[in-house]
Amino acid sequence: MTATETTLHKTPMHEWHVAAGAKMVDFAGWSMPLLYDSIIEEHKNVRTNVGMFDVSHMGRFRFEGADAGALLDRCCSRRVDNTPIGAARYGIVCNEQGGALDDVLIYRIADEEFFAVVNASNREKLFDHFNAVGANDRCTIKDETFDTAMVALQGPKAMELISNFSSQVPALKRFRFTMVDVFGAQVMVSRTGYTGEDGVEAILPASLATSAAELLSAMPGADMIKPAGLGARDTLRLESAMPLYGHELGEEIPAFAVGMPFAFTLGDDERKPFIGDVALREQKANGTPRKLVGLNIEGRRAARQGMTVTSNGAEVGVITSGCLSPTLDRSIAMAYIDAALCEEGTPFEVETGRATLNATAQALPFYKSS
Amino acid sequence: MTTPDDRRYTESHEWIKLDGELLTLGLTQVAVDELTDITYVEMKTAGETVGPGDSIGEVESVKAASDVYSPLGGKIFEVNAQLADDPSLLNTDPYGEGWLIKIKVADSSGFDDLLDASAYQSLQG
Repeated sequence: MTATETTLHKTPMHEWHVAAGAKMVDFAGWSMPLLYDSIIEEHKNVRTNVGMFDVSHMGRFRFEGADAGALLDRCCSRRVDNTPIGAARYGIVCNEQGGALDDVLIYRIADEEFFAVVNASNREKLFDHFNAVGANDRCTIKDETFDTAMVALQGPKAMELISNFSSQVPALKRFRFTMVDVFGAQVMVSRTGYTGEDGVEAILPASLATSAAELLSAMPGADMIKPAGLGARDTLRLESAMPLYGHELGEEIPAFAVGMPFAFTLGDDERKPFIGDVALREQKANGTPRKLVGLNIEGRRAARQGMTVTSNGAEVGVITSGCLSPTLDRSIAMAYIDAALCEEGTPFEVETGRATLNATAQALPFYKSS
Repeated sequence: MTTPDDRRYTESHEWIKLDGELLTLGLTQVAVDELTDITYVEMKTAGETVGPGDSIGEVESVKAASDVYSPLGGKIFEVNAQLADDPSLLNTDPYGEGWLIKIKVADSSGFDDLLDASAYQSLQG
């Protein structure tokens, strides 16, 4: 083991991953499972059965106090101070220029209590940002990342499986959550995920993570659950066109160009000013120079982040993510492309440095669960 | 993981077997573990001539793309056509069914300079 490995954060399930034969990699300062056996098989299992992901590396913050809702609303592209208790909303934390500091899921636990899940790579930056914007006596912010674990169960059979031990969870609507008692501890279970499949994400005390995983694998129907690593998580979210910070989102990229209008509350007169609102309204009104587009690529080679997209020899865009889609068995990519050229069916070339691939623009997402 | 001792290895994680003047080349277990699931293989075609140390093609995986090199030069005799239909053979059987290419070598004298199994394995730490 090298010196750097010893300084990586380990999730509460680290030993469990190692025992399951995972290939562990450094991801945003965490030792995480990239895959257990095959990224493609893990991906397909999530699309057909149930995959279990350890996503404990994601940052988890608790906000408490009379100003918690106002603080989060000031930081989020989506209005969140009027979120009903028991609901979670997806939004983007923007800078004043309307670029993304991160994308987040914000849960409302009580009138004056919220919870946020942020990307591992942005945890410290966002913790500082939230504090700089307004932690005070009327709102405290606590980083609970290291006290908790987060596990996702994703797949078309996830809810059926969960119904074996809970009637409360399968009754949840999408983007709703509930507290479940597991071994006497409170577990926050939300009907959310990052795969494009139905399923849940659970936030639980760190000490419970391994026993919860073992409990799951001892349940009836457990043979349909297989662990899935970060490799499958990335190809699953790409098929479903869910953005990833550092790829489709970034501080220099106009956030509105990502093409998820539901993530922006820009026309609500009741909403107080928020960070980036002026820039985002301008992006919406005048359009952004480039927009996020799906590319259907000929052949079996993948386009990768940073590759140039051309049209008639001229550079018109850049690839943000790409892979050979395990579900569709063809090469797919997302790219930021000059807004004038984003129409479905428009032909492009992708320059890989090794070859030139032919591509056509297609609507996102590539895959939608039935 | 076991490294077969019936062949030689390169530091860039190719294995090479020599049978007379016919060389067979593939990727080691270390290489395929690093690449993860292989999704695409494109080798140069039979009849082409390659020099020692030249790229003979490339493999792509879910995570990365990588060139493959032959330490010995010669004329390409055969490429593994099965890999076009099923590149995952490289993952499941890198030292057997997942071989990449056969080359008729011009000069095999460099073969003995390549790493043997134990030298290759000791490089992996």
